[in-house]
Amino acid sequence: MNMQQRNVMEYLDKIVLQYPDKVAFSNEDPGCDLTFEMVYDRSRAIGSLLQSKGYYAEPVVVFMKKHPNAISAFFGCVYGGCYYVPIDEEMPKFRTELILQTLNPRVMICDDETREIALSMNFAGEILLYSEAIKAEIDECALNRIRDKQIDTDPIYIVFTSGSTGIPKGVVACHRSVIDYIENLSEVLEFNHDTRFANQTPLYFDACLKELYPTLKFGATTVIVPKSLFMFPIKLVEFLNEHKINTVCWVVSALTMISSFKTFEKIKPEYLTNIAFGSEVFPIKQLNLWKEALPNCKFTNLYGPTEATGMCCYFKVDREFDLNESVPIGGPFKNTRILLLNEKNELCKDGEEGEICVVGTSLTIGYYKNFEKTNEVFVQNPLNNIYPELIYRTGDIGKRNERGELLFVSRKDFQIKHMGHRIELGEIEVNVNNIDQIRTCCCVYDKEKDKIKLYYVGDIETGEIISILKEKLPRYMIPNKAEKLDVMPLTANGKIDRKKLASM
Amino acid sequence: MEDLIKILKDLHPDVDFDTCTTLIDDKILDSFDIVTVISEINEEFDVVIPAEEIVPENFNSAQALYALIKKIEDED
Repeated sequence: MNMQQRNVMEYLDKIVLQYPDKVAFSNEDPGCDLTFEMVYDRSRAIGSLLQSKGYYAEPVVVFMKKHPNAISAFFGCVYGGCYYVPIDEEMPKFRTELILQTLNPRVMICDDETREIALSMNFAGEILLYSEAIKAEIDECALNRIRDKQIDTDPIYIVFTSGSTGIPKGVVACHRSVIDYIENLSEVLEFNHDTRFANQTPLYFDACLKELYPTLKFGATTVIVPKSLFMFPIKLVEFLNEHKINTVCWVVSALTMISSFKTFEKIKPEYLTNIAFGSEVFPIKQLNLWKEALPNCKFTNLYGPTEATGMCCYFKVDREFDLNESVPIGGPFKNTRILLLNEKNELCKDGEEGEICVVGTSLTIGYYKNFEKTNEVFVQNPLNNIYPELIYRTGDIGKRNERGELLFVSRKDFQIKHMGHRIELGEIEVNVNNIDQIRTCCCVYDKEKDKIKLYYVGDIETGEIISILKEKLPRYMIPNKAEKLDVMPLTANGKIDRKKLASM
Repeated sequence: MEDLIKILKDLHPDVDFDTCTTLIDDKILDSFDIVTVISEINEEFDVVIPAEEIVPENFNSAQALYALIKKIEDED
């Protein structure tokens, strides 16, 4: 790692000299290709514009459809010394408004379509149109001044994750945490300038860092896969082949969608040599189908919370697993330490289960405008009473196997992973309880079938509840099944009996 | 056909599957729905939808999907 690097945009500054005309970011439409020079020019124009309008060291909402242009807008915010907040066009308006309330941003970058939506949301700040912003004059002096002023603990983005109180939490990451992550991730996954990524994950989560910044670091290429292709396995593999994709960092459900329909009997990804997966447990049966189809491909399991920037542990699949085993999350990246702490805040003994805690430069800054929640999970290392040392408590329970490898066991609370998304069941329940006719409700997660089930008591039909929730929550948070009950089962203590509901 | 409509209604109680012909085009069904629908069809009708039939045209309406199930049943 270059110890001098203080700013993530140094990746782009350097690589544009080497590969100005190479395509950096593209999608299914060749007319939308962005070369490194185009990314460089456009993002510096946006940075200059933000500066000239007096925006600095503040959140800039990037509300654009998933497109190479949106990526250059992110970088524009960073060149301008601001931090970008990606918002998705498919996010329900209600949720977007909640996020805007938390941020209270003065400025937003939109494309032609999202501008209309932004205007309908009573957004009080200034809207900059992307197509206009990239025409702004590049102010070399101003950009240099900004760069000189910036330090590596300055924020570069905020991404929002599910919050149990019903209000999404904004995780703030800085240059230093992202550089540390990208350097170590790249070493483990052996990216290089020939890497051709197919991006699957949304741009509004940290998951896309795995493609965006290594693309800048190495002069690689990222192709955004149209979301609709993840419904149609053969078309998806054809797309990978057409674009000569050799590397994917996808959620498990995107990979199993291909393998479970016997797609490999018809067509195989011809160029794929490097598959990283994470955010969910990979069923061994499906993993074996992949290994069989692509015997020369590397498979790496990644694990990590958004609060530690991205991924912090990895396991290179190097042996066969029984169908009832799970793939380990392995061990930490370099420059990251993992502590397994039991309920007494002591280090776990061999095989003992404990909370996975992360220590190191890769920790993000914390939650935006939320010191209380930040202080609950970014805490002093209980093993260190000599000097201040922050750890992040993930809430994930893990243990070590006899080989010393880390295994993910479960969650401490009601957070779940569904289709690769991190969801607090409490956030769904808060939104259901807010419906007038609802008397009480409870969400349970059926891990085996990967389904969220809602049980409720109240004078309202299930269809109506789902319709209301669709206006408030992202698609992946909508319960897969809703059931009306006459009475809610309770435990002896009078709490909702989740175990009983789960067995219904 | 009723059984199929029930499978779809369970996922989206608010959609009129008798008339809608743009389930994919209008992004009503997403990738998760497709996976669920295919596995439920497998259970309910004992029909395995092969990968090459998992294309937008076959999922845009309940009618198209039902025709596909019938076609596969007849081939067996």
